[in-house]
Amino acid sequence: MPDQFVETKYFTFALASNELVLKSGIKLGPITLAYETYGQLNADKSNAILIFHALTGDAHAAGWHKDAKTPGWWDPMIGPGKAFDTEKYFIICSNVIGGCKGSTGPSSINPATGKPYGLSFPVITIEDMVACQKHLIDYLGIKKLLAAAGGSMGGLMALEWSVRFPDTLQSAILIATNYKHTAQQIALHEVARQAIMSDPHWNKGDYYGKELPAQGMSVSRMIGHITYMSERSMEEKFGRKLQDKEKVGYDFSQDFEVESYLRYRGASFVQRFDANSYLYLSKALDYFDLSEDTDLSGAFTNTKSKFLIITFTSDWLYPSYQSKDIVKAMKANDIDVSFIEIQTSYGHDSFLVEIDGQSKLVSHFLKNVAKDK
Amino acid sequence: MRVDHKYILEIIEPNSHVLDLGCGGGELLSSLMKQKNCRAAGIEIDEQAIYQCVERGVSVSHGDVDSGLADYSDKCFDYVILNESLQEVLNPEKVIAEALRVGKKAIVGIPNFCNLNARWQILFLGRVPVTDGLPYKWYNTPNLRFLSLKDFCDFCKERCITIEHECALNSKGEITFARNLFADTAIFLITKK
Repeated sequence: MPDQFVETKYFTFALASNELVLKSGIKLGPITLAYETYGQLNADKSNAILIFHALTGDAHAAGWHKDAKTPGWWDPMIGPGKAFDTEKYFIICSNVIGGCKGSTGPSSINPATGKPYGLSFPVITIEDMVACQKHLIDYLGIKKLLAAAGGSMGGLMALEWSVRFPDTLQSAILIATNYKHTAQQIALHEVARQAIMSDPHWNKGDYYGKELPAQGMSVSRMIGHITYMSERSMEEKFGRKLQDKEKVGYDFSQDFEVESYLRYRGASFVQRFDANSYLYLSKALDYFDLSEDTDLSGAFTNTKSKFLIITFTSDWLYPSYQSKDIVKAMKANDIDVSFIEIQTSYGHDSFLVEIDGQSKLVSHFLKNVAKDK
Repeated sequence: MRVDHKYILEIIEPNSHVLDLGCGGGELLSSLMKQKNCRAAGIEIDEQAIYQCVERGVSVSHGDVDSGLADYSDKCFDYVILNESLQEVLNPEKVIAEALRVGKKAIVGIPNFCNLNARWQILFLGRVPVTDGLPYKWYNTPNLRFLSLKDFCDFCKERCITIEHECALNSKGEITFARNLFADTAIFLITKK
């Protein structure tokens, strides 16, 4: 067990008359962000690294909460002597706006009504999530981040930051990510959203204090988990193994281990995540397109950061070619970028489990970035 | 330091922007950054070599030489290096044309498939040669193209490519006599108007 626990902190901004204008033009406030920090900010505030979480992640990236059974979601990567070395760097991770882990989202109480926002919560975008976290970094007094890093949705946020706030970012690490969702990615999200929205208990988003849309949530998570693995990793993990039985039952009960795994994952998701948050965040991902106003290379005209871009061979949800398009657009702008495609069978989940390769790359990359400072 | 790296390091002007195609673990680029204050980038196919590049602080892209040049705009590098990699590419003619498109100059290092040792093995042993510079057997060699110094000079002449400098090397250093017979490798600095 750890000798020190970490705690989630909260930062509130966009108070009355100073509300945040979202990309949609709608004003929102007050906004609270949940965040955690690890390590010490140095005297000139030049060792700060902002970590962005993925779709269902949270501010608890590393270390242990009191009485917790598991550490933070990227604990193998963040800590003393690890890739994001907390003996050298000050690590910040914040729950995104629209989330349900302490930051303002659809399950938060709307101060105007005293009731949860539900579907009256405005639609938010990746740009809005990044804008909110910029307020947090300003509040912490950090003028320039040593790095921003994230996998999947977190990678999109790091990419958006590098384009939106080029003077405040020395380097970015983009893992298993892209710059716009393809039709297939949107389609998979839409199936997950429809699973939730067709559950009668979803009740147009008004289910707080009532029965949860558990069945819809569970199915949407099952779909998610299939997309996070590869065919090979599923075959290696489950094959055709049966769950608690010697032979198949010839009924529609649970036969295969993979069915049991998905049902378990689906059911536990209902306990830990808010259905409306899933709708809002998945939609934010689908809306994001760095090339919507210009071609992709035009988006990087003002970008100054140094980049490390990592993909995984078996990731079919965020395939490598999308990152290669980013690399190409960056090279057209003479941006310093390194790109690697790691050979692995873990699929999209690799950014959470393929620790050895990522650790080597991230620790050396950060060491060289810190040297260039 | 390898003799070929030493020679390349000598001919590259300080503060240049350099691309190394098939840069391996980034040894040469790292030396160019430290000793010549160059801005450097590499392209490399081997995953383990990429880890070494990142450790050395060399910016690198994972990919093959045949397709890796399409990402760059015209004349965006002062030098494009193809050292000991040309013989492994599928389409050397296109790669050299591309190297001279994205680079103001190109540096090409080739193994000499017609040195004395190789010729002797073919002629008297009747076997495909295995030498210090060509350490592979026919079944495990990564080399797809087999050429000599003269072959490369002919290639350049036919395409109006200017050879500005050339240097023939063996393990001890530069060779100036009967180079196509005695060199293990050769390095050419080429340009095209």
